Amino acid sequence: MEKHLNLTLQVWRQKDATSEGTFVEYAAKHISTEMSFLEMLDVVNEDLIHKGEDPIAFDHDCREGICGMCSMVINGRPHGPKERTTTCQLHMRSFSDGDTITIEPWRAKPFPVLKDLIVDRGAFDRIIAAGGFVSVPTGSPQDANALPIPKLNADLAMDAAACIGCGACVAACPNASAMLFLSAKVSHLGLLPQGQPERYSRVRDMVGQMDAEAFGTCTNHGECEAACPKGITLETIARMNRDYIKASLTYRPEAVGGAAG
Amino acid sequence: MELISRTPDGPIEKSWDKHRFDLKLVNPSNKRKYKILVVGSGLAGAAAAATLAELGYEVECFAYQDSPRRAHSIAAQGGINAAKNYQNDGDSIFRLFYDTVKGGDFRAREANVYRLAQVSVNIIDQCVAQGVPFAREYGGLLDNRSFGGAQVSRTFYARGQTGQQLLLGAYQALERQIGLGKVKMFNRHEMQELIVVDGVAKGIIVRDMVSGKVTSHTADAVCLATGGYGNVFYLSTNAKGCNATAVWRAYKKGAAFANPCYTQIHPTCIPVTGDHQSKLTLMSESLRNDGRIWVPKKKEDCGKPANQIPEEDRDYYLERKYPSFGNLAPRDVSSRAAKQVCDEGRGVGPTRLGVYLDFSDAIKRLGAKKIEEKYGNLFEMYERITDENPYEVPMRIFPASHYTMGGLWVDYNLMSTIPGLFVLGEANFSDHGANRLGASALMQGLADGYFVIPYTIGGYLAGIKPGTRISAEDPAVKAAEQSVAERTQRLISIGGKQTPTHFHRELGKVMWEHCGMGRTEAGLKKALEIIPQIREQFWKDVCVPGSGQELNQSLEMAGRVADFIEIGELMCRDALERRESCGGHFREEWQTEEGEARRDDENFCHVAAWEYKGEGNTPQRHIESLKFENVHLATRSYK
Repeated sequence: MEKHLNLTLQVWRQKDATSEGTFVEYAAKHISTEMSFLEMLDVVNEDLIHKGEDPIAFDHDCREGICGMCSMVINGRPHGPKERTTTCQLHMRSFSDGDTITIEPWRAKPFPVLKDLIVDRGAFDRIIAAGGFVSVPTGSPQDANALPIPKLNADLAMDAAACIGCGACVAACPNASAMLFLSAKVSHLGLLPQGQPERYSRVRDMVGQMDAEAFGTCTNHGECEAACPKGITLETIARMNRDYIKASLTYRPEAVGGAAG
Repeated sequence: MELISRTPDGPIEKSWDKHRFDLKLVNPSNKRKYKILVVGSGLAGAAAAATLAELGYEVECFAYQDSPRRAHSIAAQGGINAAKNYQNDGDSIFRLFYDTVKGGDFRAREANVYRLAQVSVNIIDQCVAQGVPFAREYGGLLDNRSFGGAQVSRTFYARGQTGQQLLLGAYQALERQIGLGKVKMFNRHEMQELIVVDGVAKGIIVRDMVSGKVTSHTADAVCLATGGYGNVFYLSTNAKGCNATAVWRAYKKGAAFANPCYTQIHPTCIPVTGDHQSKLTLMSESLRNDGRIWVPKKKEDCGKPANQIPEEDRDYYLERKYPSFGNLAPRDVSSRAAKQVCDEGRGVGPTRLGVYLDFSDAIKRLGAKKIEEKYGNLFEMYERITDENPYEVPMRIFPASHYTMGGLWVDYNLMSTIPGLFVLGEANFSDHGANRLGASALMQGLADGYFVIPYTIGGYLAGIKPGTRISAEDPAVKAAEQSVAERTQRLISIGGKQTPTHFHRELGKVMWEHCGMGRTEAGLKKALEIIPQIREQFWKDVCVPGSGQELNQSLEMAGRVADFIEIGELMCRDALERRESCGGHFREEWQTEEGEARRDDENFCHVAAWEYKGEGNTPQRHIESLKFENVHLATRSYK
């Protein structure tokens, strides 16, 4: 049943990447429990605009939990209190009348704040660009059914491929490690026959980029798994570590051949 | 303005092959001398940008999100069609073509649709090779399911996240090219203007959404893959940021806008809960394979819990009205049927704007585990939003704005009426006619991006001398930059009292009421009176805090809303002129005795493409006649 709440918000406000930020308190009144968390912020923002103040900037897009754009730490937890739920899918019925809610951006050195709750997650794209793909130019493949894939492998690959690249794993990690994100892609492609030719170069190149972006290392806290809205498991990290070790032991510099003809 | 479709002659089975052969080629060593801009990074945009870069062109790609992976293609749930006939159930390229033409209510161009069906098979091969984890059978082969409006199982899917997986495939191909330095990616950049020199598209002006800096990009060709304009309705299944600014700028620079009134209202969305609602969430229509749609027979039962309404008092209205398609009737038909029962006062839920989608029979037949396997993530999502468990109580659903079949007019080469400006995916009008079938949007986006534009753009570029791009100092570029700066300044300086969202909501209400599932002459005329008033109010009373030289989400929103208001007006104008019912366009004056859409093939078997005639002038309606030589014009029947 619909109820209404009066809440106090403590929101991180920061003008731009170079300015200092601070928490600012706002009252959120008569908030319906049927609202999503972002709709609650919409209401607060409409109010701020009416008062001639600068509304709170936050990233959001699909609002159905799949684009991975929304990114805020709510009461100390990335995406808030509800398990396996992105901020946009979190509803106000998860809160009680009179609550004080603290809202912050992802906090991690490789994700600099651009404004208020918006951070730059370009490092994730660069990690994918370093090797998170199968090199298959358009037009070259064989028939899709030419290569059967055991259902279990396809399902496990899908589990890992469900990552939405939101960065909650990094925000939750005390070391700001990107291992869960990276290992999800390494697992997804490594579990499929299509991913085999580049399996070991992929993991090496992606880890290299992760280090270059100044993400921390993994010390097995497991905070990432708890924060992941898509249920990516630590098993993917184990799988990645296996591949990484093998990749390091078997590394050979590329042979330089002459051009043919 | 002349609409030359450049559709090849001869038998339709051979037309694409012949056309491809007839297209001129660009010498491999010349390709890098051409620069192509791709605006948008969804299925069509990412696929095009990656493929064009693989071919050797210099590519720049633009997205308003912080990463190309977030484009709204990602939210497509159900699946992608392809005429593989892996299930041996009678599918073929011709049948997919036939179904799509018929599903579009005979308002699409035959040759385009045939090509779409042809390349559908290549798409699946491409995606599997990229590592898209489609659902598989125990034998390791690909699984298929049937999907809204189809009687064969030709839909490939990856749980309820097919769009996500296909987009990640295209995104990874794109990132590979970015890593190789072949594509330059501009995230958080929004297109604000098209640069046209002597009637030819030569570049775009973009705003960096972080710094506010406005910059120009000149090129040899521009591809718009910016999606649809469904957010005109304010509440829709589109992402909040989805907007039509790029296509609207192009329209104002001379690109014809085709069939703006063809919009799709999706039958299975989660109902609205209140005024705070910011968007609507779709529940994949794949759910209709196993869920049964019903409302109480008697009005007085509508307030009761569903499980207290006995079987004999339930009206499974789709099964009753359309026995052969039942719950799988096409989207336009299902949406209207839901509206009808709610109009009769038989809707359910707190607002009475909802119908049940009930899985209890399927759970009895297949077991909860099998249902979870098929739809687990959708059920979870439903519960998260509504706090109701669909394994125990039926889901409640209601139609919502979802997709726009209309868009910029393009010829067979996907080129608009502005030479050098190509339009891909949902942003163009080409393949779905007046109604799109389920699982066909992903197919079209990828077809355009992977397999059509790479050929057809070559044919265009081969006619341009390499190295003849205009410079950033060209007066046309400077003028376009200037107009963007002025518009921004104008929005900032109004200093009114209402938020951009306020106007968006007002517009949405008018559009939903008068240009939604049912349209009438009186209603459309009324909307055409109200919308200009909203526009006037907007430019007098909108409040945009902050400045143009910073990250300013209110400014972004205001610019988009200003364009939506104008598009809404064009939609109503088009809907008013199309005096027939077809697909998603239902004019209440044109219906059969049973309440089905009645087309007027004699007068309206054509595409209506609108030409901008300047501020304050009525746009001009042009027509492209449609010929049906392979699928005979017939009344759609799903009974």
